[in-house]
This record gives sequence, structure tokens and C-alpha cells, in this order.
Amino acid sequence: MSKPDFIYTTYIETTPEKLWLALTDGDFTERYWFGHRVASAWEIGSPYRFAKQDKTTIAGKVLAFEPPKRLSYTWDNQKPDLKHERSSRVTFDIEPRGKVVKLTVTHDNLDEGGKTFSDISGGWPMVLASLKSLLETGQPLPPMSSPAA
Amino acid sequence: MDEVFRALADASRRALLDRLHARNGQTLNELCDGLAMTRQAVTKHLGILEEANLVTTLRHGREKLHYLNPVPIHQIGERWIRKFERGKLTALSELKRQLEKRDE
Repeated sequence: MSKPDFIYTTYIETTPEKLWLALTDGDFTERYWFGHRVASAWEIGSPYRFAKQDKTTIAGKVLAFEPPKRLSYTWDNQKPDLKHERSSRVTFDIEPRGKVVKLTVTHDNLDEGGKTFSDISGGWPMVLASLKSLLETGQPLPPMSSPAA
Repeated sequence: MDEVFRALADASRRALLDRLHARNGQTLNELCDGLAMTRQAVTKHLGILEEANLVTTLRHGREKLHYLNPVPIHQIGERWIRKFERGKLTALSELKRQLEKRDE
């Protein structure tokens, strides 16, 4: 087993159940994941996808589904220039820590030096900061504007 | 948030974060390599960074790997940056980076 490429952690004032809902419910992800809705039957082996304005952006299949502790799925970016990159894997681990919940996101099996690799190193911190903000304050973070703005 | 600022207020700790930014998932030995710091000092600094959630560790076989966790830094940025400023700030930091780049 090769070592993971990225590991992100954040501590959120919420419950494991609410955090679980935030990761698996399309209405929820749309709010903090900058418009991306997740949808799946949420069974091991079943497909899932993220879509923004009905256009699939990320797709894959469910590898682990243990509410409210562990969620894992394969990660295939659907952008045309990224389709050739190999499927990577994302795992969410949820652990209660007193009044807060620790969320660990592990992303592994990435093509090193690939475009997905560089996209991710900027993407997850934004998504996690927005998720924390939504669960703690009821407000997500505003979306990123492009650097060219 | 206090502990994030405290952890960042030290050049040695920032140097350790730079090393993880360049290559994520290093062992203590790898991080010590080529640094003018004792192993004990590196261990102590890593402990403070982990406490501030700027570094995440993972047991991988017999090794303990260290990962840069930029989520708290992102939260600090979001607190004072308004949506419409981000593009301009990105452009400014890029300009500064280009102008200060030394010829190698």
C-alpha cells in the first residue's frame, strides 16, 4: 500500500450524524461544496456522482458506507482533460471528540504530478472550511472567484 | 485560532511546513535530514504544529508520516478576505512573487 497523497483534518462543532448528512445529502453539499450536489443509493458498490447545474463533475462508486463513521468512494474527475487520469480514492473518517467532531479526509492513489493532484491540493481546504462554516454558523463561505477576475 | 498564530510565529516551524508543502507525508527522519535543528527540537516543533492542527500525522506500517494541513490557514484567510477581493489579491501575490523571483 502506497502512502496517502493528502490528509486534511478539521474540528467542527456539530454531531457525527449532522456531519454524516452533510457529506451524503445533495441539498447539503450544494450549499457548502460550491454548488455541487451529491447523489447516490449509498450502498457499497453503488455509483455516486457530484453534479453542478445537472452536469456531472465527479463520479465513482461507494467503497465504504458506515454511518456515521466512515465514508469512502472512488474519485473520477469528469472534466475532459482529466478523464485519462486513474481513479483515486477519498475517505472521510468521523470521530467524536467531546463537544466537537474530528473530520479526517484522506485522498490517495492519485497520479503524482497529474492535474487532479494539483486541483485537489487547493480544493479540499476550501471545501472543508466552507463545510465547517455552514455547520457552525449556518452560512457557507462565498465561492472562489477565478484568479483572472 | 490563537494556537494557529502561535504555531506560525516561529521561523523553524514555518520551515517545517515549507518542507511538507514541498513534499507531503514525511517521516521524522526525513524532516530532520539537512536541517540545522536537533531531532528533539524538530519533534517539539512538530508537536506544536500538530496541536494547532497545521500538521496531521498518520501511522503507515511502522512509520509515522506528517502531512501539511492547510485548513486552519484557509479559515484565517476567509475571515478577512471578502469575495470580491480575492481575484485582486491573487493577482497581487502573483505579481510580488514574479518580481521577487531571483534568477537561479
